[in-house]
Amino acid sequence: MKRSIAGAREWLIESTIRLAGVLAIIFVLLIFAFLLHDALPVFSEASLSDLLTGRSWRPTSEPAQLGMLPLILGSLYVTVGALVIAIPLGLGCAVFISEVAPVRMREILKPLVEMLAAIPSVVYGFLGLLMIGPWLADLMDLPIGQFAALGSLMLAFMALPTIVSISEDAIRNVPVTLRSGSLALGATDWQTIVRVVVPAARSGIIAASLLGLGRAIGETMTVLMVTGNAAVIPQGLAGFLKPVRTMTATIAAEMGETAYQTPHYHALFTIGLVLFVITYKHNAHSECPKG
Amino acid sequence: MSAAEDKYILHPEGEIKIETKDLDMYYGNFQALTDVSVAMPSRHITALIGPSGCGKSSFLRCLNRMNEVIPEARVDGQVLLDGNDIYQADTDVVQLRKRVGMVFQRPNPFPMSIYDNVAYGPRLHTATRGSELDEIVERSLRGAALWGEVKDKLHQSAMDLSGGQQQRLCIARVLAVEPEVLLMDEPCSALDPTATFRIEELMTELRESYTIIIVTHNMYQASRVSQYTGFFLLGEIIEYGHTEQIFENPADRRTDDYVRGRFG
Ligand SMILES: Nc1ncnc2c1ncn2[C@@H]1O[C@H](COP(=O)(O)OP(=O)(O)O)[C@@H](O)[C@H]1O
Ligand SMILES: [Mg+2]
Repeated sequence: MKRSIAGAREWLIESTIRLAGVLAIIFVLLIFAFLLHDALPVFSEASLSDLLTGRSWRPTSEPAQLGMLPLILGSLYVTVGALVIAIPLGLGCAVFISEVAPVRMREILKPLVEMLAAIPSVVYGFLGLLMIGPWLADLMDLPIGQFAALGSLMLAFMALPTIVSISEDAIRNVPVTLRSGSLALGATDWQTIVRVVVPAARSGIIAASLLGLGRAIGETMTVLMVTGNAAVIPQGLAGFLKPVRTMTATIAAEMGETAYQTPHYHALFTIGLVLFVITYKHNAHSECPKG
Repeated sequence: MSAAEDKYILHPEGEIKIETKDLDMYYGNFQALTDVSVAMPSRHITALIGPSGCGKSSFLRCLNRMNEVIPEARVDGQVLLDGNDIYQADTDVVQLRKRVGMVFQRPNPFPMSIYDNVAYGPRLHTATRGSELDEIVERSLRGAALWGEVKDKLHQSAMDLSGGQQQRLCIARVLAVEPEVLLMDEPCSALDPTATFRIEELMTELRESYTIIIVTHNMYQASRVSQYTGFFLLGEIIEYGHTEQIFENPADRRTDDYVRGRFG
């Protein structure tokens, strides 16, 4: 009797877990199907390559111009910029917390950095829009305080907690025997950190960076507020200091204004589909950074 | 220190490489070593034996100042390397650790290629590059009796080697910085008998050019490879002398008990 109750409980727990797993997959598939359903009609207006490589996004002109290249490049600029800022900063911060800071300071710093993750993105947007943007524009003599690199900077701040926290764990998990081995060969503390500890924590640091930037790619509100929202194709390095518009910002800004079932409407879903595919690929890479 | 204690500590003839004088060592309030005075001769192998926790590893770490990695560790007394106290304020620790290399209990290769492991030290201390560095790597791997096994896969990860090969790689890594003294802390305790035999052979070869101090739990190993043996107990050195004498005719009853396996 007892045994069969235990058996039933096992069965119940197992099926609940299995159901949760299956549901998660079903939801993802449903989202994909829903996106596909609302995106597909746009292909009666334009081919996939027209959409992806078209150089002009003027959805309200007649006929609608639905070239996504400015948006895709806008996202790319903002994301690459965020990478370039966030990875060195995050790694430096992680090294400082795990290797340089005294124990007391570490115990305060790490939770503090992790708390940054709890700040809503609209607050970052506000900060960028009202304070950092105008200040940087003043400093660099830019015509406008909303530009791609500002979006990168804000996204980098948002990615930092993840990058710092996970990299710090990875660095701390490097066995002490490796450090001793290096020190005993006459290496200084700093040489040991740079040449042995950080390389040994490499895979954790890569995973941390990918996870941190996962948030950046999908981030909407901050970017919408600080990048100026001009759907123009960014040119060269100077493009970082000019307004751009990202894919996410486009969907957020235009979905409420477009008429139902117009080509514009369907094109916005196509953007969503492109984002979905990018994010999916990105996550697959984050799971196994070596592969 | 009483005279009775003194008489079981041999002062070897010939050139002395490392000598400690009244060495005390503490972890916080805990005293791990008391009054250790012992002289280790050049180009010989000195074995340190004794039960677990008696301070052998702590003693070894005093000899290249690796104890300083442990925050609460503190040393009193002198350690003379070629007659100069390494605890003087003006000692260059980097130079010291180049001269006094250390092999650890468990092989600890860096997670990089075999070549980069061996080249690690030379790259730190010199500007050697290219073929000159290749030569150092080859010479060190030959010196550690590993060259034949790895010469075709120098750029593969050191982590794929067997435990015994990894330990010889760690020895090669130390040899590459051209030390004068090799400290080995139970270098074979994680290895199988075949790998252990290779390392012992290697030590006998290395003895020609290096001063070796090895901590071992294995009494047979001590008697096979060393010329001098010191017996530690509870942080003190009880007896130090020629290996044969320590194993066949120990002066102190506690040494006798230990080498005959009656305790510890
Ligand atoms: N890092 C440390 N902190 C505090 N105590 C230590 C530390 N390392 C060793 N000890 C203590 O010092 C004594 C000697 O240890 P050790 O030198 O490792 O002995 P052995 O190598 O002979 O086994 C032991 O009682 C051990 O607990
Ligand atoms: Mg030990």
